[in-house]
Formats: sequence, structure tokens, C-alpha cells
Amino acid sequence: MKKVLLIGWKDVTLAFRDRAALILMLAAPFLLTLGLAFVTGRFSGTADSGISDIAVVVVNQDGDQIGNALVDLLQSPDLDTLLAPSVVDDPALARRQVDDDKAAAAVIIPAGFTASIIPAPGAATAGPLVQLEIYGNPTRPTTAGIVRTIVDQFLSQVEVSRVGAQVVVTQLLGQGLIQPSDAAQVGAEVAARQTQVTQGSPSIALKSTTGDVAASFDPLAYMAPGMALMFLMFTASNGGRTLLSERAQGTLPRLLVSPTSSAQVLGGKVLGIYLTGVAQMLILIGASTLLFGLKWGDPLGVVALVLAAVAGAVGWGMLITALAKTPGQINAIGSAIMLIFGILGGSFLNIDYMPDWFVALSKITPNAWGLDGFNTLAMDGRLADLGEPIAALLAMGALLFAVAALLISRRGIAQA
Amino acid sequence: MATILEVHNLVKKYGDFAAVKGISFDIQEGEIFSLLGPNGAGKTTTISVLSTLYAPTGGDAVVGGHSVSKEPMAVRQLIGVVPQDLAIYDELTARENLSFWGQMYGLSGKALKVRMDEVLDQIGLRDKANQRIRTYSGGMKRRVNIGVGLLHRPRLLFMDEPTVGIDPQSRRAILDSVKDLNKQGMTVLYTTHYMEEAQELSDRVGIIDHGKLIALGTQAELTHQVGENDTLVLHAGEGDDVAALAVAVRALPNVLRAEVTDHAVTIIAPEAEEILAPAVTKANEIGVKIHSVAIQEPNLEAVFLHLTGRALRD
Repeated sequence: MKKVLLIGWKDVTLAFRDRAALILMLAAPFLLTLGLAFVTGRFSGTADSGISDIAVVVVNQDGDQIGNALVDLLQSPDLDTLLAPSVVDDPALARRQVDDDKAAAAVIIPAGFTASIIPAPGAATAGPLVQLEIYGNPTRPTTAGIVRTIVDQFLSQVEVSRVGAQVVVTQLLGQGLIQPSDAAQVGAEVAARQTQVTQGSPSIALKSTTGDVAASFDPLAYMAPGMALMFLMFTASNGGRTLLSERAQGTLPRLLVSPTSSAQVLGGKVLGIYLTGVAQMLILIGASTLLFGLKWGDPLGVVALVLAAVAGAVGWGMLITALAKTPGQINAIGSAIMLIFGILGGSFLNIDYMPDWFVALSKITPNAWGLDGFNTLAMDGRLADLGEPIAALLAMGALLFAVAALLISRRGIAQA
Repeated sequence: MATILEVHNLVKKYGDFAAVKGISFDIQEGEIFSLLGPNGAGKTTTISVLSTLYAPTGGDAVVGGHSVSKEPMAVRQLIGVVPQDLAIYDELTARENLSFWGQMYGLSGKALKVRMDEVLDQIGLRDKANQRIRTYSGGMKRRVNIGVGLLHRPRLLFMDEPTVGIDPQSRRAILDSVKDLNKQGMTVLYTTHYMEEAQELSDRVGIIDHGKLIALGTQAELTHQVGENDTLVLHAGEGDDVAALAVAVRALPNVLRAEVTDHAVTIIAPEAEEILAPAVTKANEIGVKIHSVAIQEPNLEAVFLHLTGRALRD
């Protein structure tokens, strides 16, 4: 074990003395994050979040209580700074404005939306299910995400009202205070009153919702982990490259004529890549916290997620190493994979607005799982909320490493 | 003297190509043994098998009582290796390199520190020990490369062409250090294609060519194979037809061999002085301009030429 640690530590030292590697490991993700933050106005200082006047198009085909309440919310003085809503009648026109990049998102409230939640007077049940549509602009992932969050919070409140009405009616029926024939009407009235309360009182859910959004939706909290995870893939493939480089430079054969087994050499190399990746992530996280005041969330969750994300990335790095024949090939493949995974995993674009197949494919990348976890933490999630991404990343790392180790053994890469 | 290395009918093949074709020799403790041969003769492959880097295809070798094919880890504890190419980390300092490699051989703590200082003194780099290797000259890097092989006081040191591509001053320093190590009791297996190095260093020499050991013995024993013949070397210009000169010289009486080596013709004859005048006449007749002439006593170069018909540098 001591030799594994020695080889690993030697590789960490060499990685942090390689100026070219340092540029890609630390400087590039940091500067790209900084650049994106300037582009998104993170440092403009006009609002708490750095984002204001998000153009959003609203189509209210419902025209009933809940639809009207949502429109009122989006136009409320509490969101005046954050949103710049405009109301149109035609859904196609709204979508076109998004497609033409004139708006971050369109909120399309379909006809019968209120009736699908609250039974109409005289009706025993609510109408058929209809879905509210948010048509997001993929080139504005952050601001579109803010609109989605606001609408999600509103719908949560509506759901609370609906469930609350059901509970009230059930209790009144149980105590014999109303007749079954009156249940539907009473339920509708309760729900309507709750919705009116929601609509009319900015001091409850809606006001706090917008406040939460402003405080927590820091665009850097999305960009910084996105860039860090993308360049983590560079570290993973570059680390694998050193295995082939050492063979070409003669230090690997020299290791193998010392009393050291090839398993110890391979273990040391993997440990070195892993420690370098962890150090890279922690340095980037520390620097963005100190310099930008970025809140990454629960420290335990951050550390656990970093450890898991690096495991996933190292798995890919070792697989690339096992498949490549020369250090140059690893450089080429590693750079391509870094960019592809960056796009696929959501480092550049919010994949929530991508087709289902794209989202499914993104799950092969450590970037997607890592970003999922970091977003959870940024939205006040805790370590306990990270079970799925951490398990996925660890499984990814273990599976890929097992395949890579088999290939490396078959090809004799860790031998002379 | 005890035998530290026994090589029995060693074979190493890469696919169908046999790089080493059944060589056998042994080395006694305290000896400097040189494997002399041209590039591609099988020297590096032999050292690679003896140092357990590659498993032999056939035969075996025993180092200090341990088989290289069956007990490689035990063999590795006894040997030190100085590879032909630099095998050290450029971005680490000399001290960091020595520390890393020393620990890979099981050294640690105060013993490691003391040994590192001793080796740094030995290779003359103690005052520059904390500089990164990439700032060193080629010769200094070579010295660190050698130092790494000495750290754990190996009983048998393999040195694979350690002077290739370095300046004369560094070469001199390395040859002197090999002699010093040997005086301190270290056994050395030294490979080279420089006849002068083998002559200067070796107690015994094995001449290897095309994977076969074609001669083995002390220098006196080997040169005796050539007899009392002299070697006459006629150096010509770059564009001159030395091949034609060699053919012409072979026709002269008392010429035993005449071979082309670089831009020269090397002639073996009982009396070099007798051949000199007619050889120069032949050169004039076919238009080859002789730039210089050298007459050598019997040496390992002549032995190689005698045995193979080729010069060591071919």
C-alpha cells in the first residue's frame, strides 16, 4: 500500500508542476466561469441575483381563478424587478417570441386549467387533466430556469389548496356536518377561497417564493460546477495519459524492475489521478467561494459529491487510457470527450429543455450527475438528498474502472 | 569469488524474431563484465531479461541464487539498473527523484536520507540537489540516472550503454565512477558498442552480435584470437569510393581482411607498415584521396572485425 501511495503522491506533485496542465485544470474553468458570470450580469449589482427583467410571455387561455392568479403573480410588484412579463392571446405567437430569442420562456395556461383542478359548481369531480406548458429558451437556461421555478412554486401552492379542500370535505362528511350531495360544492368553495387567499396575500407563499428564488438562483451556482466538472474530465484523461507517457519515457520500465508489482503501479497511477481530480475540484470550489462569495451548499454534501464525481470521471479517464495506443491519442480522445460530455452533461446548456433522448444519454456522463447533485445543494439540498447522483457516480466509476483494468491487463499497458 | 550471475542458454523472441539466441555466460562477484556489440546486437534485450523486465522465451538466468523467470521479485532486490535512456522525472528535483526511487526499493527514514546524501556526493550533485532535473545539463541528468541505480546498494549493477549521446567530459566522469564503484566491491554488467569503454573497464568481455555471444574472455584472450596481426585504417573523404578501395586492397599480398567502416577501410595484416605503401598506391589509382592513416595494435575492434567481417559501428 505504501508504494501505491508513493506513486500516487508523486503523480499529484507532477500534475501540479505541469504548467500546461494547470492552465486547463484550474485557470480555464475559473476564467470561463468568470466570463459567463459577466455575460449573465452576475457582477452588475442591480439585483440580489444579478439577473433582472427576464422577458416572459404569458398566454392565459384558462381565464378562470387559477389561470388568472398565475398571471397576477407573474405581473405582481414583488416580481417587478425580476420579471418583464407580456400577455398575448396566441400560444404560437408566444412560442415564436421564445424561438426568436425575444423571451426567456413562454407560460401557456391552457383552457380548462382551473376546472382540471377544482370541480366546477355542480360538478362532482374535476375536469380532465390539462397541462400548463412552459416553453423555455435553451439559449437562456438560467433565466428560463427561474421562470420555471416560480411557476413550480405556484403550482405547489395550488396543489396544497386542492388537497386541503379534500381533507376539509372528508372531515365534514365524517362528522355529519354536510351531506354527500353537497360535498362537491363545498369542496369547490373551500378550494376557491384558498386560491383567493393565495392570490390575494403576497405575504404567504408567493412572496416568499420570489424571495427564495432571488436568494438562491445565483447563476454562478450553475456555471461554476458545470465548468469544474467539464475540466475534471481533462484531469482524468490527462492522468491516464501519464501511464503511457511513463512507458515511453522509461520510468515505467524502471518501476517494473524495482521490487514493485504492476498492480501496485496501476493502483498508484489511479490514486494519483483521483487525488489530483479531488484537489482540482476543491481548489475551484474554494476559490469561487472566497472570490465570488458563491454558496455551494451543505459542505458535507459538497465533499461527498466531489469524491463521487471524481470517481466517475477517473473511470472514464482509465477507459480512454485502456483504449488508446499512444499519449497523443489520449490527448485527442480526452479533449473530444471533455467537450462532448460538457455539452451532453449540461455544462453549457440546461438539459432540462432538451429532448428526452438527450436527457437519457446525458446520464452516461459524470457531468450530468454531478451537476444534478450540485444544483440540489445550491437549492438548499443536503447530503441526504444526494443519494441518487452519488450512487450513480460511484457505480459509473467502479464499472468503468473494472472494464478499463481488464483491458489494461489484456493489453499489458501497465507492463513494459 | 562467488558467481553472482549465471546465464543458461537464454532466448528471447518477439513473435518470430529472436533478439537473443541462446546465450550463456556467468559473472563473478566483484567483476566488471562488458557485453560489447553493435546497435541491434541484443545487448539491451539481454539486460531487460536479466533485470526481469521481460520473461525469457527460453533458458534461464540465476542472480544470487534466484531465477529471473521464477523469482523475479527476489532478483529485483539484488540488482540495480541504469537504463540506456534517462528514466527519471524531469519536474522533480534530484533529491526528490532519489527519495522516490529509494522508497520504491524499500529505503526510508534516516537510512534513506543518509544514502541520498552519499549518492549525491558520489555523482557530484549535492549542491544542485534541490534543482529540478529539467534545469540540468545532459551529463548531469545522466549522473542522476546512474545515482538512482546505486541507492539501494545493489549486489549486481546493470548499466545499459550509459554514455550514449553525452559530452566527452561527462563520459569520462561516468567511466571513472564505474571504476570507483567496482573498487568499492560492486559487480557491474556493462553494455556498450564503444570498444574503448569495454577495453578500459572490463575484467572480461562478451562480444555479442545478432543475438549470439560470439566470443567471451579477458581482453588478452580475445585479442589473441586475432593473433599478432596489426590493424591499418585508411581514412578517406565523404564522396570517395572506399568500397572499391577495399576490394583493391584485398588483392594485395599478406592482407588478411579489408572492410569498409564509415569513410575508411580497415585492413588486418601481419605487418601494417608493409601494406601501407601499396594500399596508398591503390587508392591513388582508383581516385580515392587518403586523409589520414592509423596503425593499431590488436584490440577488440579488430577482434570483432575478425569474427564478423564488420566494424562495431556498422
